[in-house]
Amino acid sequence: MRELGWLATGAAIGGPAPLLLALVALALPASLAGGFGLAVFAGVVWMCRRLAGVQRRRAAAVLGCPVPSPYRQPPSGSWARLRTVLGDPGTWRDLAWLACQFIVGLGSLVLCVGLWLGAAQCVTAPVLRVLLPEPTGFDPAVLEWTGRSGPLTWILVPVGIGLAALAYLLPRHLVRGQARLAAILLGPTTAARLSARVDGLTATRTAAVDASASELRRIERDLHDGAQARLVALAMNLGVAEDVIDTDPAGAKALLVEARAGAGVALTELRDLVRGIHPPVLADRGLAAAVEALALNSAFRVGLDLRLHRRLAAPVEAAAYFAIAEAVTNAIRHSGGRQVNVTLVDTEKTLHITVYDGRGGADPSRGTGLLGIQRRLSAFDGTLRISSPSGGPTTLDMRLPCAS
Amino acid sequence: MRVLIVEDQALLRDGLTRMLTAYGMDVATTPADGTGLAERIVAQQPDIAVVDVRLPPTFTDEGLRAAVAARRAVPGLPILVLSQYVERLYARELLADGASAVGYLLKDRVADVRQFIDAVGRVAAGATVMDPDVIARLLHRPDTLATLTTREGDVLRLMAEGHSNAAIAARIAVTEKSVSNLINSLFAKLGLPPSADHHRRVLAVLSYLDHA
Repeated sequence: MRELGWLATGAAIGGPAPLLLALVALALPASLAGGFGLAVFAGVVWMCRRLAGVQRRRAAAVLGCPVPSPYRQPPSGSWARLRTVLGDPGTWRDLAWLACQFIVGLGSLVLCVGLWLGAAQCVTAPVLRVLLPEPTGFDPAVLEWTGRSGPLTWILVPVGIGLAALAYLLPRHLVRGQARLAAILLGPTTAARLSARVDGLTATRTAAVDASASELRRIERDLHDGAQARLVALAMNLGVAEDVIDTDPAGAKALLVEARAGAGVALTELRDLVRGIHPPVLADRGLAAAVEALALNSAFRVGLDLRLHRRLAAPVEAAAYFAIAEAVTNAIRHSGGRQVNVTLVDTEKTLHITVYDGRGGADPSRGTGLLGIQRRLSAFDGTLRISSPSGGPTTLDMRLPCAS
Repeated sequence: MRVLIVEDQALLRDGLTRMLTAYGMDVATTPADGTGLAERIVAQQPDIAVVDVRLPPTFTDEGLRAAVAARRAVPGLPILVLSQYVERLYARELLADGASAVGYLLKDRVADVRQFIDAVGRVAAGATVMDPDVIARLLHRPDTLATLTTREGDVLRLMAEGHSNAAIAARIAVTEKSVSNLINSLFAKLGLPPSADHHRRVLAVLSYLDHA
């Protein structure tokens, strides 16, 4: 019965098709002459998009996957907007769909209702023959076909049962068929989908290139200001110590002590720099161990639930690690270190990462941390969802494709 | 004392050899390759093995794995693991067998020659020596800082480095008696069971770090 209702609505959605198509046929030539035709055309397009929108949602519910709307972003200014609408294949595909929907929608409904009526008549044919022994003005069709012959009406009973089965099974296929039709004609074309994908890839590639360039600049600056400067000072101290070692052994010794301390600091800085570029545990043991080491090194307790038992591609591991490190740092700063939890779940195709803290009110638009996480993930088609109601808790939900 | 050095970087290997020889130790080397390393360490029966964590063929953590495997074969075989960086995760793995005579130090520590030689000697003698960096984070925690006095923090660090009460007393210039008092009070503050055994004390501190 639900399917019949769906089909009835489908027929109703296709219903305005003749009117709207006729209006388009009239409005287009009329619009060459003046404004009224354009207004009618705009009205038809508006109506069409509303109907298509309803059908898209219904199709998405049936097919279990979203049917995205393919329309181009209209610019401001009514002329430009009109040009976009006219040039948008989505507009014309909508009209094509509407014509098909009219035929298919109405046809499906008539077919299904007809099948049920036919089945009812066939099954009840023997009873009808008894109830109406003489021909009347409104004889059911079955009685006319069989000429009220007893055996023939009995033969119709199994036929009726067959029809009922058909009437029961057919609607679900018609529903799926109409949903597919909507998905094909109302969804974006392959070309549009690919072009959107290219736009997305261009944006993430630019972001990745920018990020790696600024990362290289940071490393260069750190090396130049840190280790390199310390080594220069160290060499200088050693040079002076070499000069004065015979005349002033105590002074030379002091310089050597200073030189050794400088070397120690330079080593520490280099180690921190290396950790920032690629944490050694990540390279040695993979993501789960690196996150465990991160939690151990954290100044606060971080709860862990790590369900990842394989190595992923190195760039994916690095992206996930730095996204988690950033999120944990944020969470600790944000919540003062209370109740920070990290969950890592490997579902073969996707890596689900959740970073949770007890406080709420994180603002995604503020703070470069969340943007950085977003950027790292999007380079691998990953996503970041933030839920942070004002009363808490804050949950960062990250997904990263990781099929091997 | 016979020291086995496993280090793939020639500069550092020669430096270590020179330094240890200068302090009267008998130095042996073995190919610095992770393949079959544990067996070779066991076969050489050194008084102590000094092993770099990162070795061929994969340059990840072969040295650490070999150290753990060798000590599984010969419990308590003295091994000092040197690394470019220290990770508590790795410290935990080294200590997981519960046997003593194990050390884990940053390579930087070789710069302080006397302390390094001292550490080698202590591990060979059966002590557990952890790099100060292993417990550095604990001392930076606001909650720990609030509970422990500076003195107690110093004692904790020296304890993790594997020093005996007498050595700690000498280093912070107090009597052995007050060192043992300080240890008792800081163990009480961290909720750890009191213990006189040095190795057990290091384990207690590290397990506190894991569960705090």
